[in-house]
Amino acid sequence: MERFEITLDARPAGAARRSTLCGVVASGNLEVLVELGQDPAACTVEVSTSADGFRDIWEAVLADFAERHPAGGLRISINDAGATPAVVSLRLAQAFEDSAGGAA
Amino acid sequence: MSDPSLFDALFGAGNHTVVIDGHFVAGPARLGDTPVAVIGSWDAAAVDGDLALAIAGEILRVVEADAGATPRPIVFVADTQGQALSRREELLGLNGAFAHVARCVDLARRSGHPTVALIHGEAVSGGFLAFGMLADRVVALPGAQVRVMDLRAMSRVTKIEFDRLQTLAQHSPVFAPGADNYWRMGAVHALWHDAGADWRAPLAMALAEAVDAAGHDGRAALGAERGGRTLAAAVAREVANEVAGG
Amino acid sequence: MSAKRVSYFEASARARVAALVDPGSFTEFCPPAQRRTSPHLAQLDAPVAFDDGVVVGAATVDGKPVLIAAQEGQFNGGAVGEVHGAKIRGLLERAARERPAAVLLLVDSGGVRLHEANAGLIAISEIMRALMAAQAAGVPVFALVGGACGAFGGMGIVTRLCDEVIMSEEGRLGLSGPEVIETVKGVGEFDSRDRSLVWRVTGGKLRRGLGEATRLVDDDASAFRAAAVAALTHHRNAPADLASLKAAQAALTERRATHPDTRDGLEVWRTLGLAQPEAVPMLASDEFNRQLDALATEV
Repeated sequence: MERFEITLDARPAGAARRSTLCGVVASGNLEVLVELGQDPAACTVEVSTSADGFRDIWEAVLADFAERHPAGGLRISINDAGATPAVVSLRLAQAFEDSAGGAA
Repeated sequence: MSDPSLFDALFGAGNHTVVIDGHFVAGPARLGDTPVAVIGSWDAAAVDGDLALAIAGEILRVVEADAGATPRPIVFVADTQGQALSRREELLGLNGAFAHVARCVDLARRSGHPTVALIHGEAVSGGFLAFGMLADRVVALPGAQVRVMDLRAMSRVTKIEFDRLQTLAQHSPVFAPGADNYWRMGAVHALWHDAGADWRAPLAMALAEAVDAAGHDGRAALGAERGGRTLAAAVAREVANEVAGG
Repeated sequence: MSAKRVSYFEASARARVAALVDPGSFTEFCPPAQRRTSPHLAQLDAPVAFDDGVVVGAATVDGKPVLIAAQEGQFNGGAVGEVHGAKIRGLLERAARERPAAVLLLVDSGGVRLHEANAGLIAISEIMRALMAAQAAGVPVFALVGGACGAFGGMGIVTRLCDEVIMSEEGRLGLSGPEVIETVKGVGEFDSRDRSLVWRVTGGKLRRGLGEATRLVDDDASAFRAAAVAALTHHRNAPADLASLKAAQAALTERRATHPDTRDGLEVWRTLGLAQPEAVPMLASDEFNRQLDALATEV
């Protein structure tokens, strides 16, 4: 297992966001928990992954996510069981979408 | 091997007429002046439907016989290698037979019978769940083994190296076999030592504790107190009491 | 109807809950944000889940208040560990106090989680006691079984403690999984790769035929909801007492005599009197239920 936390600059998510959970911890899959963070201009991501040695790839995938989505002010936590970068991107996008689904 | 001298140690010679019938044991006994019913499994039984129904039927007979009178304490003796592994038993719903045994134990409890389970050999997963683990007091006798699975098999299934499991088992009670681990986690209330001793006094004490405990499952709290199971009680309490929407 | 059919078998635990309860009525207890993960999995370097593989909460179904637990079969096979088990137990204790219309247990589990085997085994016996205490307090408990892991091990016992068992043919119910029996007793005893045999020995139609499942539905989340609504509407509480347990004892004893050498569901269909035993696995649940009801009225 490898754990690390990354803080990304991001445009503020703005409007009311709610805590949400997307995905399941199963082989080749992951869960993404979205909560409200402190700094509206930053998105923190805490990753816990069963696949060691892929931090560079995680950083690239997460930077791409923060570029595409106004994720500022969100705190994202991930439990990963060996998902591919494509699956990670998909789950992040889903979780972001879900978190806009009505006020908490 | 289960040892029939167990009943002499528990009740004193001449104070019991427990019948051993293959893997099934049952019969009356006296502890001092108190009549007691003994029911259980013998000789590392692989519990199948017939044995489960024998145990359940005996519990129902005791409950019916004592209706309107003082409910006798029931002493369950458990020696089981687990459930019978068989396609036929699965087809006929062995899980349902075990659920039926559990309901009968619960009926006995609700009818006022104090219940104590004594593990006198092995107590392995399914066979233990059905009746032994539902008693108000659970006691492990000297040499008793309690487990779900031995470490080598566990290592194969979880793909975690055996040596690693063995090392972790030194300080964690949560996965390795052992009556002492179940004691630390609160599911075995007492470990009796001194093989061959006279157990009349400790058995009387266990029965008295069973009377005090009746109807209340204090095992998670006990596990927390003994340090072997620190989360179960707190998490259950949280879910049981959390204010909705809070 | 424009609603898209949702496969119960393929849906996640959270998707099943969403499909079963009235929209917007669900409140989760011990939600993922509380991060009640398993320290025992972490200690063995295995991935953890924020809800430890089970969703528990309160909701309404058809306007009636229920408490609901849903196991996530994709996470460690829905297996029960310390936290996972404590959440279900806590829910049942809550039920005994709050007296909802029912508790719904969405079972999808192979039984005890080996990484924390002792904690899981103890937790299941605590669930058993809490379940029977809830029933004694007058709260019925309904099991729903239709996931890939079925209901096995201790959760197979828990399922059979429930007042009603709603199953699809795809769901399976038993004690020891076919793989375990094959490993210990050999392929001649149980060939776990013979999928049709596995379903004829453990599947929903066999369980319905033997009277263990009370309702058989198609693999459709809305069919599970409809069956849960029907159970909530029609179930009459019958607490376990001496008379009912003596009747159950007689029925279980008789079953062993009625099916003396049976090792295959086909023989059960034949003994029950179904016209074409070989065709049973292919029947839609409606047709199967109709044939079964017809037999019951003949008697």
